[in-house]
Amino acid sequence: MIAIIKYNAGNISSVKNALTRLGYESIITSDSEEILNADKVIFPGVGQASSAMKYLNERNLDKTILSIKKPMLGICLGQQLMCAYSEEGSTQCLGIFNTKVKKFPNTELVPHMGWNNFSKVKGELFNGLENTNNVYFVHSYYAEVNEQTTAVCDYIKPFSAAMQKDNFYATQFHPEKSADIGEQILKNFLDL
Amino acid sequence: MLKKRIIPCLDIKDGRTVKGINFVGIRDAGDPIELAKNYVKQGADELVFLDITATIENRSTLIDLVKRIAKEINIPFTVGGGISSVEDVSKLIEAGADKVSINSSAVKRPELITEIAEKFGSQCVVVAIDTKYENSEWKVFVNGGRKFTGLNTVEWAQQVEEKGAGEILLTSMNNDGTKAGFAIDITNDVSSVVNLPVIASGGAGLKEHFKNVFEKTKATGGLAASIFHYGTIPIPELKNYLKEQKIAIR
Repeated sequence: MIAIIKYNAGNISSVKNALTRLGYESIITSDSEEILNADKVIFPGVGQASSAMKYLNERNLDKTILSIKKPMLGICLGQQLMCAYSEEGSTQCLGIFNTKVKKFPNTELVPHMGWNNFSKVKGELFNGLENTNNVYFVHSYYAEVNEQTTAVCDYIKPFSAAMQKDNFYATQFHPEKSADIGEQILKNFLDL
Repeated sequence: MLKKRIIPCLDIKDGRTVKGINFVGIRDAGDPIELAKNYVKQGADELVFLDITATIENRSTLIDLVKRIAKEINIPFTVGGGISSVEDVSKLIEAGADKVSINSSAVKRPELITEIAEKFGSQCVVVAIDTKYENSEWKVFVNGGRKFTGLNTVEWAQQVEEKGAGEILLTSMNNDGTKAGFAIDITNDVSSVVNLPVIASGGAGLKEHFKNVFEKTKATGGLAASIFHYGTIPIPELKNYLKEQKIAIR
């Protein structure tokens, strides 16, 4: 069973639909036990960092997430919340990834919205994929490149398109909205 | 590099895809789900579904259709038509829409843009602007192009940005359905003054029209309906052409 963490951020049904298309059953839950018992956990999200962290803290979901031993995939805001700190609302986040989340400067269109390619890929999420692949991004904040970065996208500046530490995986882009390439990445995660 | 987006638009009436010329003269163009799936296969970058009768006949947008679309397609899609409250938006987002497009209701009450952006994020709010060139000025119209709002198009675009819109879908009513090309001047004016993605809409009839709008304006997306519905320009052919023209395309 795959658990999709339910909290006050949107985009949850898209992830569930994507898993269903790939033939996987999933539950949308904010129950710690269900999350810790799942084979895989997905931490999706479109929303605002400080209100999301407040929601997680109030329900002890922050501690639940940190004690997950099975593979977990954070998506978009999920990835940002897995970092140490976000400039969005000056928020202390989960601290899985040792990096900061910053706002894009307004020198180009913000949000970074649309299809972009990534490079310098490593790790199992990208099995069978190349640097020319395009995936769908929509975000105004980005995680800086660091030693846990597994894919880099360049928009205004290079940032972490994906990261990994132990069983924790994350993508800034939306694999559930990235057509065939996104499905391949989700499948790679589900096959871990 | 961020790619320019090719966006088929499906105008929905009574659960079917339709297409009019200059906003009137509706013709049937097929089942929206089948069309949508086909567009995804062909490489469409996003889809827009507009319930074109919703405002006029005061019908709410077809939630069930949105649920079915969300189950079937794996690219982002926008839903518009008849949205006038945060509750309307909640229903559509819960049904699986990635973004909503608002038009008349934003003109009537611009605060709605802010309310939606605060609840769901700016990335979720597309403000559709229907514009017509009349007496040497680009003006904003609503209610499917029937009613003049008293607003100047560029000024309104700046206002929707201030209110928190994430994107502007700009349709030239003069060009819509003519297949004579996008309205380069107003698309350039709007996309130059706002720091938001602008989708050009209305008038696409040739592959060159997309090249023009991407080269001559800052629009990041090109939207069209009939040329895709009737197969006049298959999406793969359009995208290959644009790649050859050195335009960043997925």
